[in-house]
Amino acid sequence: MSLVELHAIHKSFGELEVLKGIDLAIDEGQVIALIGKSGSGKSTLLRTINGLEQIDSGVIMVGGNKISERDTDLLALRLQVGMVFQQFNLFPHYTALENVMLSPQVVKKQSKVEAKEIAEEMLAKVGLADKMMHYPDQLSGGQQQRVAIARALAMKPKVLLCDEVTSALDPELVNEVLAVVRKLAEEGMTLVMVTHEMRFAREVCDKLVFMHQGRIHETGDPEEVFSNPKTSELASFVGGLA
Amino acid sequence: MAYEFDFGAIVPHWKLLFDGVILTTELTVIGAVVGVGFGIMGAWARASRAPVISQIVGIYVELIRNTPFLVQLFFIFFGLPALGVKLTEFQAAVLAMIVNLGVYSTEIIRAGIQAVPQGQIEAAQSLAMNRLQIFRYVVILPALKKIWPALSSQIVIVMLGSSVCSQIAAEELTFGANYIQAINFRAFEVYFIVTGIYLVMSILLRMSLKVLGNYLFERRRHV
Ligand SMILES: Nc1ncnc2c1ncn2[C@@H]1O[C@H](COP(=O)(O)OP(=O)(O)O)[C@@H](O)[C@H]1O
Ligand SMILES: [Mg+2]
Repeated sequence: MSLVELHAIHKSFGELEVLKGIDLAIDEGQVIALIGKSGSGKSTLLRTINGLEQIDSGVIMVGGNKISERDTDLLALRLQVGMVFQQFNLFPHYTALENVMLSPQVVKKQSKVEAKEIAEEMLAKVGLADKMMHYPDQLSGGQQQRVAIARALAMKPKVLLCDEVTSALDPELVNEVLAVVRKLAEEGMTLVMVTHEMRFAREVCDKLVFMHQGRIHETGDPEEVFSNPKTSELASFVGGLA
Repeated sequence: MAYEFDFGAIVPHWKLLFDGVILTTELTVIGAVVGVGFGIMGAWARASRAPVISQIVGIYVELIRNTPFLVQLFFIFFGLPALGVKLTEFQAAVLAMIVNLGVYSTEIIRAGIQAVPQGQIEAAQSLAMNRLQIFRYVVILPALKKIWPALSSQIVIVMLGSSVCSQIAAEELTFGANYIQAINFRAFEVYFIVTGIYLVMSILLRMSLKVLGNYLFERRRHV
């Protein structure tokens, strides 16, 4: 049984059908790269997995349970599935440490001591042990994004969704964030990441999913898919990047 | 014949003015605290997913914003007894101020909430927080911080508006002034002094709200 299963997911914004029947299984420990042109529906798909977008039809299963649109189901889903966004989205009125502690405290009802211990551990993991008392606006983009990763990890999700987590960063800050993601992958974290970092996808991911016009157009082993794309769309996508 | 100013004529009545200042202050503090409390709830309701709740609050807001304070006050004090709700002058005045500030601060706070970036709310959602937790821990403080100057001004406006409560004989500052000039005919002197008192009260209120804002929104580490 896969951790997360999507069956025939359809999603439209008004007239525009953005997801046209997506089937995808996310297995434990898998690191999936989601690639495709801008507007192909990658973000919408990730947001769907996290319940940030309501689907029009289809089934989302997490840990074998079907997720409905009831609030309790959504909260249960989000306890399993964490998300990191392109724009960090840290809470500006809390320090890095407080950002990471907040949800374990208020959602999981952990004690302050317990939440702090986990938060410190997670911030150390992303290399920010010395920035815990800083507020978001006192941190660089790369540091903010690492706090956001620590914040998601502190909830101990089974799956972490990353939507272009380096796209808003200055080029010199990209690597420090990718290094954290790579470390997570090596530790066995289940990851689904939308990325334009093809070299990274090739090295770190064990499954590549190419989206095109709201469908999964091609999928397979990254090495295989990159060197030998089966569809002309993927070939031109990969070619366009090179 | 020139009018001879006699500010000394006010002195024997200082206690009336003093009591008026106290009552105006009480009206303002209660009106502000409870009114802003309702404003926060109103703004929450306006952001509700249930359109009915949002619309009911919206209609109520429009009703209050588009009718005169004096008429609302009369309605509460003279009208409500017909429904068996008899309030003292003070209670009626306080209620009118709460209703007023509640409504105006609903709209002000709502604007502050809308200014909180959607991404922060989505981040909180993805951390499995429910709507109330998001409102309480993620939204309300930055929202209030954003609109604190506007909210402060509204509180001052309502404080000054409390002078209207003299019309139902709530014994606030303006009531005191009216009363004094009715017995000694020193209208210029009384209203000159009372104008000055309102001015000082406004300045003090603004300063207090600034200090309170600095305290509320100061970066305070909780751990
Ligand atoms: N909230 C929305 N309302 C309307 N259209 C949207 C919304 N979100 C995304 N879209 C549209 O859906 C399409 C897919 O968007 P998105 O999933 O963000 O693509 P990607 O992440 O692959 O660039 C785009 O055409 C985009 O304009
Ligand atoms: Mg996107």
